Amino acid sequence: MWKFLVKRLFHLIPILLGVSLLTFLLMSLTPGDYYTHLSQNPQITPETLAKLRAERHLDKAWYVRYFYWLKNAAKGDFGYSLAYKTSASELIATRLYNTFLLSLFATILAWGIAVPLGIMAAVKKDSWADRSCSFIAFVGLSVPELLLALLALMFAAATGWFPIGGAQGALYDLMSPAEKFMNRAHHLVLPVCVLAASELAGIMRQMRSNLLDTLRAEFVTAARAKGLAEGWVIYKHALRNAINPLLTIFGYSLAALLSGAFIVENVMAWPGLGRLTIEALFARDYELVVASVVMATGLLVLGNFVADMLLAWSDPRIRLE
Amino acid sequence: MPLLEVKDLKLEFGTPQKPLRAVDGVSFSINAGETVCLVGESGCGKSVTALSIARLVPTPPARYVGGEILLNGRDVLQMDKKELRSIRGGAVSYIFQEPSASLNPVFRIGNQIKESLKLHRPEKATDEEIVRLLKLVGIPAPESRIRDYPHQMSGGMQQRVMIAMALASEPKLLVADEPTTALDVTIQAQILDLLRDLKARLGMSILLITHNLGIVGDLAERVAVMYAGQVVELAPARALLKRPLHPYTQALMNSVPRLGGGAERLSAIPGTVPNLGLMPAGCRFHPRCPKVQADCSQKAPQLMEVEPGRWVRCPYWQSA
Amino acid sequence: METEAVNLEAQQGALPPPASPWQLFCRRLLEHRIAVFGGLLLVFLYTISLFAGFVAPYHFERQDRDRFFHPPTKIQLKGFWLAVPRYEQKEGQFKYEPVAGDAKSIRLFVRGEKYKLLGFIPASIHLFGTGDDSYPVYLLGTDQFGRDVFSRVLYGSQISLSIGVIGILLSFTIGILMGGISGYFGGHVDDGIMRISEIIMSIPGLYLIISLRAVFPADLSSIQVYTIIIVILSCIRWAGVARVIRGMTLSLRERQFVLAARAMGMGHFRVITRHVLPNTFSYVIVAATLSIPYYILGEVVLSFLGVGIQEPEASWGNMLSAAQNTEYLQRHPWLLAPGAAIFITVLAFNFLGDGLRDAADTKST
Repeated sequence: MWKFLVKRLFHLIPILLGVSLLTFLLMSLTPGDYYTHLSQNPQITPETLAKLRAERHLDKAWYVRYFYWLKNAAKGDFGYSLAYKTSASELIATRLYNTFLLSLFATILAWGIAVPLGIMAAVKKDSWADRSCSFIAFVGLSVPELLLALLALMFAAATGWFPIGGAQGALYDLMSPAEKFMNRAHHLVLPVCVLAASELAGIMRQMRSNLLDTLRAEFVTAARAKGLAEGWVIYKHALRNAINPLLTIFGYSLAALLSGAFIVENVMAWPGLGRLTIEALFARDYELVVASVVMATGLLVLGNFVADMLLAWSDPRIRLE
Repeated sequence: MPLLEVKDLKLEFGTPQKPLRAVDGVSFSINAGETVCLVGESGCGKSVTALSIARLVPTPPARYVGGEILLNGRDVLQMDKKELRSIRGGAVSYIFQEPSASLNPVFRIGNQIKESLKLHRPEKATDEEIVRLLKLVGIPAPESRIRDYPHQMSGGMQQRVMIAMALASEPKLLVADEPTTALDVTIQAQILDLLRDLKARLGMSILLITHNLGIVGDLAERVAVMYAGQVVELAPARALLKRPLHPYTQALMNSVPRLGGGAERLSAIPGTVPNLGLMPAGCRFHPRCPKVQADCSQKAPQLMEVEPGRWVRCPYWQSA
Repeated sequence: METEAVNLEAQQGALPPPASPWQLFCRRLLEHRIAVFGGLLLVFLYTISLFAGFVAPYHFERQDRDRFFHPPTKIQLKGFWLAVPRYEQKEGQFKYEPVAGDAKSIRLFVRGEKYKLLGFIPASIHLFGTGDDSYPVYLLGTDQFGRDVFSRVLYGSQISLSIGVIGILLSFTIGILMGGISGYFGGHVDDGIMRISEIIMSIPGLYLIISLRAVFPADLSSIQVYTIIIVILSCIRWAGVARVIRGMTLSLRERQFVLAARAMGMGHFRVITRHVLPNTFSYVIVAATLSIPYYILGEVVLSFLGVGIQEPEASWGNMLSAAQNTEYLQRHPWLLAPGAAIFITVLAFNFLGDGLRDAADTKST
């Protein structure tokens, strides 16, 4: 198993490098840079502009800039954000943490509801419970996240039960640690619910389908033939096998989740990486965009790795290679 | 009283408007200590019949529409869940065709065998007993194999494990559904030897399902040949192999290639097994029968005892 | 022997001729009522989208400066026909009340503003209307600029619905080609293509979309943005398709009929196109149908964030960005109408896709 995991770990590094390279290349193709808008200002001479650019290496070729960027990034230094006038690493760290929180809780909520529901739907196949679950899942799959986020905002505004966006209240810094925790949690609720709701449907259908497939397998008949109670057959024998394919799609669902988080962050003003990317983009702080995209990819890749670990632990065929 | 008596079993799939009868009036019996072979091509209903003995066929989509399955005098089709569970793996044990598919891939084989023991002979649910069972089926160094997972074993070994699991409860009847079909020829022979050996040692009855006539002679005392959901011939094994009476059995025997004996064209049975929804009228075999007569498409023949212990479903069995 | 042959024929004569896989597929699909419903709904949506200028009572840019944030006009019965009442503005911000007893009938095929049918035929007949500007028919109300939401949703549908279709054509063509080549030839070509696709798939979708969009200038004409959106979305989606097709090609490559074709002397290209790829069709049809919503949503998000289709062009995405203002949203919830339109469209595609998937799945009954 360790060999498998180490192999996967080594696989990640070229991916991250490739992603950073690709993004850097894309950003270098963008028209203009951070200082472009300054060229409109008659008070700033072209020489000043050139000097400013030279300081940030913006006058050099993209591969040279990439090399500098990579060197620093390896040390954890993402440079200085021109748009935010602060260390990019600090900025990224906070935003990354926020996106991570959002994704983590949304994943727990979504899987925590979807997996039991999927199991129930499979076990009680074709009952009204199954049919209504499938129907709701179907509808849920079709509702665009954007709409859901807007509806959530509308709900928050109408009822006043939840804040309308943001991750913490205005008076956050004056709160006691306990109040801070509650405040953050309060802000987390709606975004997490919206994100989880979008994921739920797909996972539920997948769980149901996997379990139904597994129940058709020969070892399930063999287990029944041994005289085991039906409950034992389903929950011990079948389920244990049906979970594995779900772990493999965890990676894909995480990708969808992070994409979804992008929307939720931007609509509900959640200060995460998605929001940072858009803000940095509009401010033309392209190196920040690169850092943001690479971090988001890092989250995804890490999530995939965790799924691989879980799969390796769960499936002895992989564990013992 | 025979250990198992299947009487006029009828099983359907599909909708009540368009039923597909997979088993249509099958009857045979197995006595204590006897080995009976159920032979037939794919799709003739033999597997479904075998699974019915412990009511392992999921209903829906299947429906039992007639007959009885008497295990020690009790009708399996009328048993409640509790009694059914006690006979499964208890009085009746199964081994299946694909051992790699029948063993749960995520549990160790020792634990899977222990599961059976805990259910039916809990006082013997110990590692020693598992080792004994593994030795019984001829697995070398069984102590070290208890903690193995199925995929760590070869096909032949997996099948032996299946057999060990089936024997855990000391069943009266072992139902073996094509136990050797998925294995190499040499392993096949080993498994058959094992079954023969166990039969002698433990005195249990065996119902062996197969499409391979070749293995019938090795193990069986009696043979039932099935075609299109019906038994077409029922006879002691030796007699059937030496002198098959039903045209289908004869055709089956002829299509087995023989070593030595000159180069002849392989004879095959023309046509195909009929579709469940489109059974030929009258005798189900008549479109492919080399001895077909005019009224074969009119009258559906019954199973008749034409000699003591020999049953044939063909009025023209005597024609050469 | 002759009796045998005759009997065989008699048996076979009684059977209906076997259905081809295609016929089987079509029959199963038509039996799936929900899929048929989805399909018909899509036909309906695409048809009215094609004739958006005709179906919409107003042009997407037309502003009614007396009626900002007007609620949807109630449809009443006047005699046996439908009519719309006159509204008058009340105290307060954007409050309108219908005047009882004062309603004008809605007529069909009304002469209204000029537009270009199908983009080039000048016309001025609209499907319905009152013909009188004092009695406007705002089925879904108006937005902050007094523009008819219903009309704008229709014009917006032209963009969203077409992006989906063109998008999958592009991305699936690329994906099938790349996947087929990758799986068939293997080796370094395979490694290279798979590495690239893996990198593409490792970046969470929207992050990559935004990055790619940044490469192009922010202000572009609508046509240019439209094309760029399709290109960007296709550049991302091909990777997933290529991986699946590669997997299928790898296994198909070893199948007997491919070996037979090669043994006959068929060239690689013909083998791929005539033997390998047709076996992927059942996957392609299902996957393509179920992919279309991603394109629609991709354009919606881009336009919503302000980097897609810009004002005054109507796009479901840029219409929703007005709805981001929660004050507006609470008081004028009809601004979410484009969201409902997206939902209905995606639902229809999912219905159809589900049915296609069930029809293509030969293992289930």
